[in-house]
Amino acid sequence: MSTVDTPLPFDPYQVGRARVDNPARGHGAGGPAAKRVIVAYGFWVFLLSDIIMFSAFFATYAVLAGATNGGPGAREVFDVRNVGVETVFLLLSSFSCGMASLAAGARNKPAFYASMAVTFLFGAAFLTLEMREFVGLIQASNGPSRSAFLSSFFALVGCHGAHVTAGLVWLLVMIAQVFAKGFRPEILRRTLCFSLFWHTLDIIWVALFTVVYLLGVLP
Amino acid sequence: MTEVYREDHPEYGDSAPGDERLDGSGVAQGIAGYLVGLVLALGLTGASFYFAAGHALWAPGIAPSLVALAVGQMGVHLVFFLHITTGPESTNNVLALAFGVLIVFLLIAGTLFIMSTLNHNMPQMGEIISMQR
Repeated sequence: MSTVDTPLPFDPYQVGRARVDNPARGHGAGGPAAKRVIVAYGFWVFLLSDIIMFSAFFATYAVLAGATNGGPGAREVFDVRNVGVETVFLLLSSFSCGMASLAAGARNKPAFYASMAVTFLFGAAFLTLEMREFVGLIQASNGPSRSAFLSSFFALVGCHGAHVTAGLVWLLVMIAQVFAKGFRPEILRRTLCFSLFWHTLDIIWVALFTVVYLLGVLP
Repeated sequence: MTEVYREDHPEYGDSAPGDERLDGSGVAQGIAGYLVGLVLALGLTGASFYFAAGHALWAPGIAPSLVALAVGQMGVHLVFFLHITTGPESTNNVLALAFGVLIVFLLIAGTLFIMSTLNHNMPQMGEIISMQR
């Protein structure tokens, strides 16, 4: 890259268009940002608002965790080994989602389909284990109506599970869109938003397995 | 005056969250980054479950260390999977994240504080019954 020899105009706040030798990154200089940046930033703000919604569920759970109404507590109903397997599934699906974004960046369709399929399989395996846990609890008459503790547990973990379900549907839609339309710019923006969504669900799960399961079963 | 503008050089300017700025051999470097993130995340998860099982730690220290491990793992996810970095091109993303974290903190800490104060100031069940007599 060739540096510009002419002296820069006096522009301390970078209100003018930034030049490559003085780009003032992160200060909005240089005219409107690329559409990819704007779309992903807007989706990032949505994800942060989603995290704030989850924090309300977390706060509710923390307040009601001891309100068992004579029913079973956290130590009686949680199976930590099952949660560990779920966590590994979700981490591996996050990794293969990263591989899918790299494949989309390299415009490599076979690699994209393969890593999205692996992401789907691990996500579906996670969801299956979670459903099995829920069904087991409800069959043992420890459903959400048993106590305030179980209501808030089903609300919090079920909300995360609903997000994962929506993510799996979105994943299939992205495979179909890449298949039908190819790696067009708007399709690439959607895959970027999908990968942000999927990785954020993983972050929420980290908070979830720590607060609900691990801290719940501590003696 | 031959000025070079940013539109022609996408490697400058703000970066989208989730986009990684790679210099050099792109894909191999990208895979390496995700692999490091996966190994760190699996290690931190393993440590959490190991400590929670009650081995190797003084009992009152387990809960704080689980929280610390979770915060560390969220940081690993942010850096290696979401590519929210401390670089100048990521300033907007980090500022939005900081605001989100502030609201989350206010919501959770505020709820716990209010509810514990409320419980503290509520008369016990027996007192309520004796007041009604």
